[in-house]
Amino acid sequence: MIAELGHFALVLAFAVACVQMVVPMIGAHRRDQELMEVARPAAIVQFVLIATAFLALMHAFVTSDFSLKLVFDNSHSTKPMLYKISGVWGNHEGSMVLWVFILSLYGALVALFGGNLPAPLRARVLAVQASIGVAFLAFILATSNPFLRLSPAPFEGHGLNPLLQDPGLAFHPPFLYSGYVGLSMAFSFAIAALIEGKVDASWARWVRPWTLAAWTALTIGIAMGSWWAYYTLGWGGYWFWDPVENASLMPWIVATALLHSAIVAEKRGALKSWTILLAIFAFSLSLVGTFLVRSGVLNSVHAFASDPTRGVVILAIITFFVGGALILYGWRAPALKAEGIFAPISREGALILNNLLLSAAAVAVFIGTLYPLFLDAINGPKITVGAPFFNMTFGPIMVPLLVLVPLGPFLGWKRADLVAALERLMGAGALALVAFICVMAFVSDAPWLAGLGMALAVWLFAGAFLELATRISLFSSPLATSLRRARHLPRAQWGMTFAHAGLGIVVAGVVGMTAWRHELVTALKIGESAKLAGYTLTLDQVGLREGPNYEAIVGVIHVREGGRDLGVMVPEKRRFPVEQQEKTEARIRTNGFKDLYVVIGDRNDQGAWTVRAYENNFAPWIWGGAVMMAFGGLISLTDRRYRVGAPVRARARIIQQPAE
Amino acid sequence: MTRKNRRAVFIFTGLAILGLAVGLILYATSSGITFFYSPSEIAQKHIAPGSRIRLGGMVEKGSVEHAGPATVTFKVTDFVDTITVSYTGILPDLFREGQGVVAEGNLQADGTFVADTVLAKHDEKYMPPQVADALKKVGRTRDGEMIKAPSGSTLEPSNP
Repeated sequence: MIAELGHFALVLAFAVACVQMVVPMIGAHRRDQELMEVARPAAIVQFVLIATAFLALMHAFVTSDFSLKLVFDNSHSTKPMLYKISGVWGNHEGSMVLWVFILSLYGALVALFGGNLPAPLRARVLAVQASIGVAFLAFILATSNPFLRLSPAPFEGHGLNPLLQDPGLAFHPPFLYSGYVGLSMAFSFAIAALIEGKVDASWARWVRPWTLAAWTALTIGIAMGSWWAYYTLGWGGYWFWDPVENASLMPWIVATALLHSAIVAEKRGALKSWTILLAIFAFSLSLVGTFLVRSGVLNSVHAFASDPTRGVVILAIITFFVGGALILYGWRAPALKAEGIFAPISREGALILNNLLLSAAAVAVFIGTLYPLFLDAINGPKITVGAPFFNMTFGPIMVPLLVLVPLGPFLGWKRADLVAALERLMGAGALALVAFICVMAFVSDAPWLAGLGMALAVWLFAGAFLELATRISLFSSPLATSLRRARHLPRAQWGMTFAHAGLGIVVAGVVGMTAWRHELVTALKIGESAKLAGYTLTLDQVGLREGPNYEAIVGVIHVREGGRDLGVMVPEKRRFPVEQQEKTEARIRTNGFKDLYVVIGDRNDQGAWTVRAYENNFAPWIWGGAVMMAFGGLISLTDRRYRVGAPVRARARIIQQPAE
Repeated sequence: MTRKNRRAVFIFTGLAILGLAVGLILYATSSGITFFYSPSEIAQKHIAPGSRIRLGGMVEKGSVEHAGPATVTFKVTDFVDTITVSYTGILPDLFREGQGVVAEGNLQADGTFVADTVLAKHDEKYMPPQVADALKKVGRTRDGEMIKAPSGSTLEPSNP
């Protein structure tokens, strides 16, 4: 009954979205206030309906209602509650429902908090947002109905892929989708602006927080996925350049570019049409990501669907939205008048360089990801584009960008003095040099590149804080003055400092992990020891353990570092009888600077157990830095100016504007 | 600087970065990609030893042996040709005899294959798509039986 209600709500939501797509658009065209006002209640009703459907589906999973085909295929009554809930989006149909749920949530947020937007712009934004909803709701209802019944109802389900039964992964999709779908907001604003033929500072001010929110969620989502891959896949890699990972990285890169170009559009009125183009591309790449992951063209834990019609439908949706947006862009963009003349060496110029390099990086990732698929589609040779390709393309493009990151904020708007900016960065440069010398002098197995990489990381981190220090005139004025200045600094400023410093930490993590990773693969009998870097690992015993829906081989490994006893680590190898699968449970011991990563494998003929261990230097910094970047995004999102609105808006409405 | 000059600077920078990206991509495609072959393709195409490739096929039943402390050998087959693979390390969780596998590494002069990466990622049909395609090409099912026309339905495995 509840499932039917959910299905019905989904159909109703489709109808409401159709209305929301058409009526406000006509209203905005005719300047008809009443028709335009349809958009807000429609967006909220659409959200409530999709939320109902989503909850109905969740109810079916939580109560293990195996009369639903989806629950039967993807759940099991012995599964822990957390995974019953995450099972809702751990499959194709459910994840698409989550997709439209988040899409309608963003629409409802604009309807609720968009009080200070000009009415025609708001109506158009919500109409465009609804058109995306219409496409995906139609897709769900026509090809991936999550509420299909089975008759007779089976007693037990198939279970969820054990690899997905993991707390880290349970919340990875919601974050990732919040990011993907959040970019739809920037897209809707871009299309609405193109229809209006007008982009002003208030438009840019509205686009930025949505992009920022999407970017923050995407950053966390990607970091969670990478962290999950690190500790579940059993060999401690954090990034595989897997097409599915690239699918999330591409929108992230373009969203990063968009964040930066929107600043120029807001503050200087320049780069307007470029910002619009980036908004279109950012969401287009989200759609491409959805296609890659959901169509089954890729083979991974993400590819649930192998029904080719679904891929074709998503491809048609992409073609419609991307093609339509680009045609509209080609038609209307020339009408957007650029203001704000600036010299090449200026803040604007630096942000353009940032955008160019990020775009080039996105192109490299795009080609590396889609070239094999393209060759396959034309029956060419089967190839794999792996890490070497991306190291050779993405790396060299990113390095100049990273070198320039600390410089940009020191350049003034319009026209800047490069020499003066470099002089102010001398401190960071000196620290980077010290870092390089230290690495080369004190680390025995340090390649040149590792030293340079660490210097780059220090340059980024120190540069970010040096900029903050300059802004609050730390050292050059009394401490009290500096603190007062720090308090009054815009939150967006703090956000930038954290994001750029976090980037430095990520770089340090990646460099450390690449240059100083030690590996041990050996077979140990009970009581035998092996050495890895400074550690001594002793296999004390191996036992069996019953879990709620699995049985596990448990290795008890005693770890000593030098003379210190670090206690035991108990890696597991779990077997899931229902799903007929195995899953490695690595154990990781971290001290914040390095991880000891231990895995137990099978027993060989001589009765010895395969043990694999890694010393991953700086590994925790990769995710720590990513979290810091996301934190910067969050702080920036609380900036006062997003709540106050652009100064040209009517004052009366601003006062009622609730905080987000 | 005039408006024209300024624009020239931006266009030049843009083109330079575009050129850099294209150059890097072209350079990387010549050496950064790996080709996928089935055992019979390796036999036919006379792949030079030492080149880095991906080898895909089914793990022959009963062929998995422990050759050293942590080294495993197994045979990869497409039921026409068979290649012996050796690998040091822990095999992925999804690795099983009689199922699809993709091994990445180098072909040796003696015709064996030394893998440094073994992938057993697969879909719910327990077969990487490249392997499924490679088998289809030589006209075999996952159990090694000849496919009778029409081929589509026989490739469908019984539900595990």
